[in-house]
Amino acid sequence: MSLPLDSAAELLRLQASGDLTAVEIAQAALSRIADTEASVRAFTCRADPLRVLEQAEQIDQDRQAGKPLGALAGVPVALKDVICTDDMPTSCSSQMLDGYQSPYQATVVDRLRAAGALIVGKTNLDEFAMGASTETSAVGASRNPWDVSRTPGGSSGGTAAAVAAMNCPLGVGSDTGGSIRQPAAFCGLTGLKPTYGRVSRYGLVAFASSLDQIGPLAWDIEDCGLLLSTLAGHDPLDSTSLAEPVPAWQEALGSRDVRRMRIGLLIDALDAKGLDPELRSAVLAAADVFRSLGATIVNLSLSHSRYWVPTYYVIAPCEASSNLSRYEGAHYGFRAEPAAADVRRDGPLMATYCQSREQGFGAEVKRRIMVGTYALSTGYYDAYYLQALKVRRLIRNDFDTAFGSVDLVLGPVTPTPAFRFGEKTNDPLQMYLCDLFTVGANLAGIPALALPGGVTDEGLPIGFQLQAPPLQEGRLLQAAAAFQATTEHHRRRPQT
Amino acid sequence: MNAESGNPPAETWPHQVIIGLEVHVQLKTASKLFCRCSTEFGAPPNTQVCPVCLGLPGALPVLNRRAVELAVQTGLALNCEIPPLTKWDRKQYFYPDLPKGYQISQFDLPICADGFVDIPDPAPDRDGQTRRIQLVRAHLEEDAGKSIHDETAGTSDTRIDLNRCGTPLLEIVSQPDLRSAAEARVFLTELKLLLTHLGVSDCEMQEGSLRVDANVNLHLEVDDKVVATPICEIKNMNSFRAVERAIEYEVRRQYVDWEDTGATIETRSKQTRGWDDGKQTTFLQREKEESADYRYFPDPDLLPVRLPRELVEKLRAELGELPAETRSRLQNQYGLKIYDADVIVNQGPELIAYFERAAEVSGAATRTSAWIQQDVLRTLNERGLQIGQLAVSADHLGELLERVEAGQLDTSRGRDVFQYMLDYATDVDGAVEALGIKVVDSGELTSLCQTLIDNNPAIVEQIRGGKVQAIGSLIGQAKKQNPNANPQQVREILLQLIG
Repeated sequence: MSLPLDSAAELLRLQASGDLTAVEIAQAALSRIADTEASVRAFTCRADPLRVLEQAEQIDQDRQAGKPLGALAGVPVALKDVICTDDMPTSCSSQMLDGYQSPYQATVVDRLRAAGALIVGKTNLDEFAMGASTETSAVGASRNPWDVSRTPGGSSGGTAAAVAAMNCPLGVGSDTGGSIRQPAAFCGLTGLKPTYGRVSRYGLVAFASSLDQIGPLAWDIEDCGLLLSTLAGHDPLDSTSLAEPVPAWQEALGSRDVRRMRIGLLIDALDAKGLDPELRSAVLAAADVFRSLGATIVNLSLSHSRYWVPTYYVIAPCEASSNLSRYEGAHYGFRAEPAAADVRRDGPLMATYCQSREQGFGAEVKRRIMVGTYALSTGYYDAYYLQALKVRRLIRNDFDTAFGSVDLVLGPVTPTPAFRFGEKTNDPLQMYLCDLFTVGANLAGIPALALPGGVTDEGLPIGFQLQAPPLQEGRLLQAAAAFQATTEHHRRRPQT
Repeated sequence: MNAESGNPPAETWPHQVIIGLEVHVQLKTASKLFCRCSTEFGAPPNTQVCPVCLGLPGALPVLNRRAVELAVQTGLALNCEIPPLTKWDRKQYFYPDLPKGYQISQFDLPICADGFVDIPDPAPDRDGQTRRIQLVRAHLEEDAGKSIHDETAGTSDTRIDLNRCGTPLLEIVSQPDLRSAAEARVFLTELKLLLTHLGVSDCEMQEGSLRVDANVNLHLEVDDKVVATPICEIKNMNSFRAVERAIEYEVRRQYVDWEDTGATIETRSKQTRGWDDGKQTTFLQREKEESADYRYFPDPDLLPVRLPRELVEKLRAELGELPAETRSRLQNQYGLKIYDADVIVNQGPELIAYFERAAEVSGAATRTSAWIQQDVLRTLNERGLQIGQLAVSADHLGELLERVEAGQLDTSRGRDVFQYMLDYATDVDGAVEALGIKVVDSGELTSLCQTLIDNNPAIVEQIRGGKVQAIGSLIGQAKKQNPNANPQQVREILLQLIG
């Protein structure tokens, strides 16, 4: 492949030097997608090629005319189909929103367009972002470009697959319990969940409002930082959006200095029963690399880590059950024609509601709505939801305490490498355990990064995780830049 | 005895009527509670909407600061506690006029707590006394849309208009302290006076900016025990009068129903009944009372709101004088009677200001009050004007009344001047001159009177005979001959001359 569709930084440099035009980039990306999509199935909707070429054309003209260009001018980007666009449908990979055309676009899409990014399509996900493999997608799972018999992870599996298949160098996903980081790890990519409130959620179809964050996926930390800089910033349309100014992260990327960093190694996570030994070794190897770069590694325990998954799997379904109440077939989306018997028993309104939701939602979504509804109901609220909120506070306190003595936390990001289709679909709890190492960051609201740390004997990517205090994405970028300057894991590509 | 007939039974156990009111007022903000859509009444359906109030996927709420300020001011005027922190909760249920499937409301930390309203006691033997009605709370919430049932063309469709969806509501809940239908009406009147005075809401039931649900039951004294009837919640009343009538009907119905069935608050759950204004009855709306589980939880899309002392005090300072205070002050400062103070206060802040200015200029508060109640208010009504549009300013009225008070103008001549000033927008002097009003000297007056006496011997005889009222017709004639003749002076002179 002649054109570096795996590096945004390269594409920008080549355009700046006149060696490449945005139109050439667009053509290459569209062509690449056409080549790979049958086997990778990354997209729910591919952008109209004419529109993409028009946008690329405009960028080239602006460049010729000496007009100022956005930070991502001419760079192809894939957008998880849970983010509203006004020129492509937003389906959330659900029958419920099949063909739904949003009349407005998300704030992050405003920013991407203003930056000159070429949005090449909307990518597949687990239905309504609930899952870890894209197997709950109503349009079928996406495949891992490293091994198409395996999942690319989830819920931002389609995004990761698009980037890993080299359709585009950048992907925008969302992470509620690990949905950027786990697919990044499965697909050999670098994926970042920002501090809660760092990136606007306006236009992100809500799954769990207090946990959701939009974030970047790319091959390396430089590209990740570039995309994050475009996405991040205060949005008056999102009340949970932070007013904190966005730092100049380029500095952190350039610094690559970990000599004064203290990094806490999560020994409890390393001792976790479900953790694959190869993945464990990769984390320890990463610790060695940081040590060799001058960082101090200390052992760290987060005392409430065994409550991460149960706490998450109360809070997330509760919020989801409420956020998905609006899908009842009345105002938009899928509406079922209820059977006469149902109408007689429940009345036309209730029958339509029930049948629309019964048919429009998949099993996992319904499962979580039921769990969430139960946990919020009178008599159970105190024991479940309220209790979970309290434990959440303790989980956050663990991190606050830890960050009093370390600058970063290092540990595994997934218990296994990419698994095969069907391996975990028999038991929902098995699937939930994929989130074992990732949900802590969502519960605590802290930024977390997955980056490539090796490959298994079978050639599957292995990722590891760095976590930082709130608003310290810069520290993640700095440490990751240092790591990627001296290792080659992030340069591996799947055989295609 | 038919419970629904509403006829009072022959004999009654002594009983108390227990009423609690839930009042929803729409706040007069320019935009909705969580988005920038307009709250204007009467727009074509589904034109004042946006992704946020439509509950579209991905949309998020952003709080309207003005609504919070108005809520705090209302709470202060209702003597509520304003907590240092308030928060938002989702109240969850499914209905087509509620697009998100939940309403953003307040559950356990409402913006106003406790409070009370003092109302004039409407009981016939308690004139001039007040009753204190305690409040439970007042909280902010977003309104739902409107469901319009359309039964034209043989179908029964329901049409949904979401213009109203997201409008800020303040829900004011009273303790069950009201003891009569009349009290309920007076409470609502007082509340409306207060809220319109503050500019917080229009409180127009016809326009839906004020809605009331009434919770009613009876406490009967039966053989030295208190028996409580089941509570009924009455909805769908569209005026304060309707509230009063609905409660009166419901009281009679509940009494008879208890006599017929013996059902008490322990044996039957709360009913919801609608008021049928056509039939003047309440009717059962829900067969089986399903207690809805709203699954309240804190809305994770919104932040709690801090209400620091300084903000609350600043808002308190902006309240100005409240109607109850004005009522007292008008009595103390101007010597008005309670009835007159009431009339003026009920007309709102602009008219109160008008009165005070005119009273100050005229130096005659009582006369000013009388003129306002009669001449000014009548003119406003007849011509459909607001006080600010009246051609006669407070200063000019004050000047006019000063002259009347001093005897320079008699009352009826004064009315002529007022009328002229209204019609031609002149000042007092201008009107006086245009009308040719002059002080008639006593010589002229005396000779006029003598002429009248000479020309009306029969009437003079009647007067001498004791029928003094007959003098009225002579005074009338005098005025006809010379409109400037002061009737009082004419009367005196006539009586003197007649002897």
